[in-house]
Amino acid sequence: MKDEGLNLIHVLILFSSLSLLSIGGGNTVIPEMHRKAVESYSWMNGKQFADLFAISQATPGPSILLVTLIGYKAAGITGAVLATVAMILPAGILVYLVSRLWSRSADSPLRSAIEKGFAPLTVGLVLASGWVMSKSADHDWRAWILTGACTLLCTTTKTNPILIVGGAALIGWLGWV
Amino acid sequence: MSDAAKACPSLAELALTFNHISLVSFGGGLSAWSREVVVVEKKWMSEEEFLSILTMCRILPGANQVNVAIFVGAKFLGLPGAVAAVFGLTFLPAVLILLLGAAYFQYSHVPALQDALKGAAAGAIALTLSMAFKTGRKCLLGTVPWILFVATFFLNGILRWPLFGVLALTAPLALLWAWPKAK
Repeated sequence: MKDEGLNLIHVLILFSSLSLLSIGGGNTVIPEMHRKAVESYSWMNGKQFADLFAISQATPGPSILLVTLIGYKAAGITGAVLATVAMILPAGILVYLVSRLWSRSADSPLRSAIEKGFAPLTVGLVLASGWVMSKSADHDWRAWILTGACTLLCTTTKTNPILIVGGAALIGWLGWV
Repeated sequence: MSDAAKACPSLAELALTFNHISLVSFGGGLSAWSREVVVVEKKWMSEEEFLSILTMCRILPGANQVNVAIFVGAKFLGLPGAVAAVFGLTFLPAVLILLLGAAYFQYSHVPALQDALKGAAAGAIALTLSMAFKTGRKCLLGTVPWILFVATFFLNGILRWPLFGVLALTAPLALLWAWPKAK
């Protein structure tokens, strides 16, 4: 019980700070979530983290709901609700304020510098997420081939992502990975 | 002007619309579905307005889809609109994912489930990698963007630096490079 209270405090601090750091989308802070949830707080092991990530990708809705699952594992239903609200609220307030200013600042040099300059950083962070997740899932060569094939399919065609994740799950279920 | 007035939705319509967007789309598909509904079906925004908002939502902290919901909701009905849109987007999926998560921790020892999840993880990682390729193809044009991209990936992905440290180093360089030149 005491542990759960402490975990709630950690959940609140972790996700409300990651909320403001999740520049470029929720996926960019996945390496940091992994570092804290697996290495610092030991809420779960790397395999479980990778599984929760897969569940969050295969469920409809924003993939940021991964934090709902991490919060649930750390501190039950209360943890799940707290993690979700903590992840959405700080950034949400900021975004709301910016949405009021954005339309009025079309000619500002800062706006164009941000639009152009942050794009390469975002791509780097997204790729780092993919890299960290594949290390965490402990991929062997067969899993790598499956990942490669799915990446190719998703990059070059307009296949619905749920079909790709679902198809990959089926291939795994058949024991081929 | 009259078009915008005609299109102005109620709080309930905002919540229901984003709930609909949320439930029909998965993972990386959300921005595409938002565009389909907001621009094409409901005509709440022009293509240009939606795209510039999408860029902004990717730069700002927070999940992109949540941010889009805030921008769209706030455009029509201010703060209540933003809250309604975000609630519609997240509530049912959060309940759904909790049910799945609870089932996972209950049955995660079942071997067939382990195998299926291993496959699903490979697929999910592929979605992330392909998003990096798709967006990289559009914005990694030239030497400086490539250096910024590789440095960010290397520091965060390989050296596992905390995000704050990575951005403290790379973000000022990126802004310096991208700042519009004086005429």
